[in-house]
Amino acid sequence: MDRLKVATVWLGGCSGCHMSFLDLDEFLIDLADRIELVYSPVVDVKAYPAEVDVCLIEGAVCNADNLEILHTIRKHTRVLVAFGDCAVTGNVPAIRNQLGLRNDENVLQRAYVEGAQTNPGVPREPGIVPALLPRVMPIHEAVHVEHFLPGCPPPADRIKALLTQVLSGTEPRLEGAQLKFG
Amino acid sequence: MAARTFTIDGKHVSADESATILEAASEVGITIPTLCHLDGVYDVGACRLCLVEVTGVPKLLPACTTRVAEGMDINTDSERLRKYRRMTLELLFAERNHVCAVCVANSHCELQTLAYTLGMDHVRYEYTFPRWPVDNTHSLFGMDHNRCIMCTRCVRVCWHIEGAGTKNVSGRGARSQVISDLNQPWGTSETCTRCGKCVMSCPTGALFAKGVTVSEMERDRTKLEFIVTAREKKQWIA
Repeated sequence: MDRLKVATVWLGGCSGCHMSFLDLDEFLIDLADRIELVYSPVVDVKAYPAEVDVCLIEGAVCNADNLEILHTIRKHTRVLVAFGDCAVTGNVPAIRNQLGLRNDENVLQRAYVEGAQTNPGVPREPGIVPALLPRVMPIHEAVHVEHFLPGCPPPADRIKALLTQVLSGTEPRLEGAQLKFG
Repeated sequence: MAARTFTIDGKHVSADESATILEAASEVGITIPTLCHLDGVYDVGACRLCLVEVTGVPKLLPACTTRVAEGMDINTDSERLRKYRRMTLELLFAERNHVCAVCVANSHCELQTLAYTLGMDHVRYEYTFPRWPVDNTHSLFGMDHNRCIMCTRCVRVCWHIEGAGTKNVSGRGARSQVISDLNQPWGTSETCTRCGKCVMSCPTGALFAKGVTVSEMERDRTKLEFIVTAREKKQWIA
């Protein structure tokens, strides 16, 4: 049987969810036999592959690059998993939305002009620095998402529970405290 | 004191005519989810989490404010109730800024616990991200309106247990908020006795003791029970 093609991506988040993924410890060895990690911050693949079975998405949708790759992922992936609170709710990155639902300019002004001690000025490097979106979104506001894996970060045993369900071909279903935010 | 007999989830139950559906259910070990209810304080039916079905009544009724009646056939759990409870929770999360990961009440929050208990894995409504202030003017306590769900438990303990009447509600709909005295900074309130019952009663991290950080705030609700016992039985026992 072909191994399941799995990808993980890191959008607007702190990489804590990926750290928690690494906390799977020896289960990672079992996992290595059963999946093929085709794209991830921890493997050296530059472009998102054409056919992926499952993609774990960490982070909220904060800038134009996040949104673009998210659409690419949706197009080429069978099952999307919102991986952690930022992907599920917007969480900490979305706190900037309290400055208004079109807050990109305010945020840049605050950080790069009002808060600057030297060289005030908003960095604009098209093609290098992606533009901030007017507001931060949880991923299900941008694309259809099959499963939600909450937690900040989701503890390793919760990630294991979901992956085990996915690998056994059953419909993933987390319940009770496995769905705790924060 | 007349007894009433009725059924809850098919179970034959009898209770005094003054009992609410919530009290009668709790008496026989049936748990109905609640948020604005607090033992020892009168109920207002504000949060709608405890809605139940009563055969023959087309609308859903709040268990905390509906009295039992003879022959009532009450249902506390169904597909329809689960749907509405989850909807209510999602609306609460979407209405203000609830960021569990950075909240003082993380892991000690009734809203958070209810969300996972009732299977809320995400919020389907668009978050509104309103702009609410934090009142840190009081020397002992703070109020973060971002985390308030308007259950009014703090207002009720302040008026009816402490008798101070500092906490009130102003405004309408999504812009309604808990205020101190005549809508002034809490620290300038002349009526606040600094008793802290409002902080004890709050189900979320909206009211907090100063000097605690993320996940650190645990409430001691037995203090409320102590006061209720003192009021009702005139006995100062724990």
